[in-house]
Amino acid sequence: MKTTIKTIAVSAVAATALMGASSAMAEGERYVLVSHAPDSDSWWNTIKNGLALAGEQMDVTVEYRNPPTGDLADMARIIEQAAASAPNGIITTLADPDVLSGPIRAAVESGIDVIIINSGTPDAARELGALMYVGQPEYDAGFAAGQRAAGDGISSFLCVNHYISSPSSTERCQGFADGLGVDLGNQMIDSGQDPSEIQNRVTAYLNSNPDTDAVLTLGPTSADPTILALEQIGLAGDIYFGTFDLGGDIVNAIRDGVIQWGIDQQPFLQAYLPVIVLTNYHRYGVLPGNNINSGPGFVTADALDLVAELAGEYR
Amino acid sequence: MSSMGVAVDERIKETSKLRKALIRPELGAIVGTIAVFSFFIIFAGDSGMFNAQGVLNWSTVSAQFMIIAVGACMLMIAGEFDLSVGSMIGFAGMSIALISVTLQWPVWVAILLTFALCIAVGALNGIIVVRTGLPSFIVTLAFLFILRGFTIFFPQLIERRTIIGGISERAEGDWLAPLFGGKIGGGFFNWLADMELIGVFTRGTRMGEPIVNGIPMLIVWALGLMVVAHIVLTRTQFGNWIFAAGGDAQAARYVGVPVNRVKIQMFMFTAFCACVFATCQVMEFGSAGADRGLLKEFEAIIAVVIGGALLTGGYGSVIGAALGALIFGVVQQGLFFAGVESSLFRVFLGVILLFAVILNTYIRRIITGER
Repeated sequence: MKTTIKTIAVSAVAATALMGASSAMAEGERYVLVSHAPDSDSWWNTIKNGLALAGEQMDVTVEYRNPPTGDLADMARIIEQAAASAPNGIITTLADPDVLSGPIRAAVESGIDVIIINSGTPDAARELGALMYVGQPEYDAGFAAGQRAAGDGISSFLCVNHYISSPSSTERCQGFADGLGVDLGNQMIDSGQDPSEIQNRVTAYLNSNPDTDAVLTLGPTSADPTILALEQIGLAGDIYFGTFDLGGDIVNAIRDGVIQWGIDQQPFLQAYLPVIVLTNYHRYGVLPGNNINSGPGFVTADALDLVAELAGEYR
Repeated sequence: MSSMGVAVDERIKETSKLRKALIRPELGAIVGTIAVFSFFIIFAGDSGMFNAQGVLNWSTVSAQFMIIAVGACMLMIAGEFDLSVGSMIGFAGMSIALISVTLQWPVWVAILLTFALCIAVGALNGIIVVRTGLPSFIVTLAFLFILRGFTIFFPQLIERRTIIGGISERAEGDWLAPLFGGKIGGGFFNWLADMELIGVFTRGTRMGEPIVNGIPMLIVWALGLMVVAHIVLTRTQFGNWIFAAGGDAQAARYVGVPVNRVKIQMFMFTAFCACVFATCQVMEFGSAGADRGLLKEFEAIIAVVIGGALLTGGYGSVIGAALGALIFGVVQQGLFFAGVESSLFRVFLGVILLFAVILNTYIRRIITGER
C-alpha cells in the first residue's frame, strides 16, 4: 500500500510541475497548429521547431497537436477541441476534405481565423473560409519533378509510398508519372512505415523489375531505408534517385551522389509564416493578398552546406 | 427449497450494506472518474473544457471508446480477447463506402450488409478459437492483419485511392443513416442558445445558430449499449453463463453451460460494437479511410482494464468499462485543455493504467478474499 501512495505522490508532483511550466508561457495571442502526422513521422519535427521559433519571436503562445496514430477521424476531434478552447487562430492541414472540412468550417464560423498548411489546395482553403493556404501544391511538385527526370532520360520508376492512406502522397506519384509521360500503373508500392519492411519491399521490387530506371521516395520515412536497400543491392549511385522532403540521411546521400535531387517544400515556412501572418493580422490588421507557396525547391549537390547543417532541424 | 430457508440462509456470510455498496468491480473506476474530473476542474476549469462545445467534445470521444469498450468487456469477461477491433472498424467503414458509393446501392443496404459481414467475421473468429483451442490473442491478431490488408487492398484495386468520400450525399434522405450519423435534441439546444446559455456562430452561413446543435447518435448508442449489456450481464441467466464461461470453462460445461456458444456470441457482439463505431464515424464524416481505427483494440482493452475487469476473464463490469472509457476520453482531450505537451499524453495514459490496475487488484483481493 505504501508504494501505491508513493506512486500517487510522485505522479501528482510531476503533473503539477508540467502544469506550472505550461502556464508560465508568454501572455498574448494563442495559436494552435493541428497536423495529420502520426507520432512516428520525424519530418514534422521541422514544423514543430518553426512553430516554436515563430512563437518566441512574436511573443505569442503556440501549441502543436497531432493524432498519435495518424487517424484522420481523431484529427477532426482535435480540431473541434482546439476550437472549443477558443484560440486566436488555428493552423491546420487539409489531409482529407471530407473528414476535416466540417470541423474547420465550424471553427471559422465560430470566429477563429484559420490558415491551411501543407496538405490541401488554395481553392479548398478559400472554400472553407480560411485566410490563406501556405504549402506546396503536391501534384504540381510531382509533375515538375517528373519533367526534370524525363529531361534526364528516365522512362520508368518506382514510387515508394509510405503514407498510402493520404491522397496527397498518391498525387505526388501520379504527378511524377504524368510529368514523365508514363502510366502510374503498378509502379507505386505501399511500403508501410516500418524501416526494415520498406527496405525489404524496395529490394524485392527492384529484384523482380530489374529494368526500373528511377526511384522516387516521398520523405525521410521511405527515403532512409531505400538508401540502405540500394546500398545493399549495389545500385546506390547507379540508379536515378529523387525524393520529396529533406532529412539528415537524405542530405548526406545527395552529397555522396546517391540521390540526384531532393524536393524541399520548406516545412519550416509552413509553420513559421502562418504564425507571423496571423499575429500581424491580429495586432495591426495587415494580411498578405495571396496564398504562399513554400515550395517546391530542388536541392542538389551544389550549395548543400547550409542545408546539411540545419537538416532535420529547420530544413 | 422450504419456505423457512428463504429468509436467512446460515451458509451465507453476512455483510453490511455499506460494505456491499462499496465492494464492487467498478469501485476503482468510480474513484478514478472523480479524481480525473477534480483534476481537470482545478487545472483546466476556465479553458473552455467545460463549456458546451468542450463537454460535447470529450463526451463524443469518450462515447467512441465506450462503444468498443462495452464489446471488449463482455468478451473479456467470457475469457477471450479480440485484437481485430481496430481493423474491423476500418474494414466496416470501407465496406459501407464501397457498397454505397462504388456500387451505388442504397445506404441502408450498405449498412445492413456491412453489419452482417462484420458479425459473420466475429463468428468466424469465435468458431476458430473454440474449435482449435488456440488462444484468442493469436487468432484475432491474425484477423487484425487480414482485415487491415483487405481494407487497403480493395479500395486501391477498385477506386485507386485509400480514402473514399461522397457518402454524405448518398446518405441524404436515407431512412437508416440518421440512426448512426444524426443528432437529437436540436430544439433543446436552440432554446439554450436563445437563453444565451451556449455560444452561437458569429459569422458565415450558420450565423446565429448554436455552436452545439444536438447530441450525436454516437453518444446515444454508447449509453444504449452500456445499459443493455449491463442488464444482460447482471440480471439474466445468459449473463451468468458469460461469467461462468470466463471464470472456469470446464466447470461451466459440467453444469450445462453452453460455453462454446456463449463465447462465439460474445465475439459476434464485439464485432457488432466495432461496426456500430465504424458506421457512426462514416455517417458523421462522410468518408471512409484505410487507416481508420488504428490501435483502437488496445484503447478498448485499456478502458476495460481501468474499469476493473480481469484479463483472465470471469470478473468485471460493464459500468466499470464505460467509466474507464470516460476516464480515457476525458484525460485524452483534457490534457490539451490544460495545455500539456501532447507527446506526454502517453506518459499520463501509462501512469493511469498502472495506477488503475494496482488499485483494482487491491479491491479484488478484498472482495474475493484471495491472498
